[in-house]
Amino acid sequence: MIVADRKPLKEILEMLDGCNRVLIVGCKGCVSVCNVGGSKEVGILASILKIAGKKNGLDIEVDEKTLERQCDPEYVDQIKDVVADYDVILSMACGVGPQFLSERYPENRCLPAVNTTFLGGAVQHGIWEERCAGCGTCGIHHFGGLCPIARCSKSLLNGPCGGSADGKCEISKDVDCIWDMIVKKAMEQGRLDDLLKFKPAKNWSTARDGGPRKSVREELVQ
Amino acid sequence: MRLSYPSNVKIIQVPCSGRVDILHLLRAIEDGADGVYVAGCLEGECHYISGNLKAKKRVQYVKNVLEELDMEPGRVEMFNLSSGEGPKFTQFAKEMVERIKTLGPSPVNS
Repeated sequence: MIVADRKPLKEILEMLDGCNRVLIVGCKGCVSVCNVGGSKEVGILASILKIAGKKNGLDIEVDEKTLERQCDPEYVDQIKDVVADYDVILSMACGVGPQFLSERYPENRCLPAVNTTFLGGAVQHGIWEERCAGCGTCGIHHFGGLCPIARCSKSLLNGPCGGSADGKCEISKDVDCIWDMIVKKAMEQGRLDDLLKFKPAKNWSTARDGGPRKSVREELVQ
Repeated sequence: MRLSYPSNVKIIQVPCSGRVDILHLLRAIEDGADGVYVAGCLEGECHYISGNLKAKKRVQYVKNVLEELDMEPGRVEMFNLSSGEGPKFTQFAKEMVERIKTLGPSPVNS
């Protein structure tokens, strides 16, 4: 899923300076699963903004709406009848949400309430870790199902660097050295030789290096 | 045991302190409460295993929110006591009321 964190309240309040009517729009997709932008978190942020408004003697009207997703136009369309009533639309979706809202409602100010952080999963309740860098040419089958691009601090593709010690990365004792895990797994599976096989240089043009990406599926395009 | 506690403490009963949500605490502040506290069971003695520990974390979350809003985090608190400790319940109530009196009315009401 796409993992995100709520922005610091000071930043959100600065963005909303001078706005009296705010519509907070949540998303039932990834940000709901990582407990940052679903209907519950929308309610919490609405309550916080109301407290901030009352504290500062401002008459702020905050309404809540949580869409099925903010990355599909048909769901973004669902607020078309109400957006004109607000000074600002505060999106709690990943970075896609405020952009889809901005594109659909060019008259409105659409702002992000969360920082989109990474593609990852929950390793335990309340803790998420990065697992994918979205490089566009998945090669985890070369590395025993573990991704050195997303999980090595240097995205090395040819083994651990000198900063690997006791299975940990030099940047933090909390970060596993993925190359230590890749090599150990290959040894356990008796596939160590696979790591020595020649692999041509990775094509980074499918990653961000190739500019903004687009995916067209002809069988679906109408 | 006829113990009295400050009359300005309004009690809302829940089956377990783990039922208390961040939103419950925030809405109390939003609606003008000068302070709000959770009285849960002693740590390690929750009938539902970890309800009071969950409540503790939620209280801490709201404390952080209040701090971010330049409000006193002490307006929200978590107390732990067993159901047999009536005197302690009144002690905590008095303690909280005293604290709030020192802090003054909530800026939400000003």
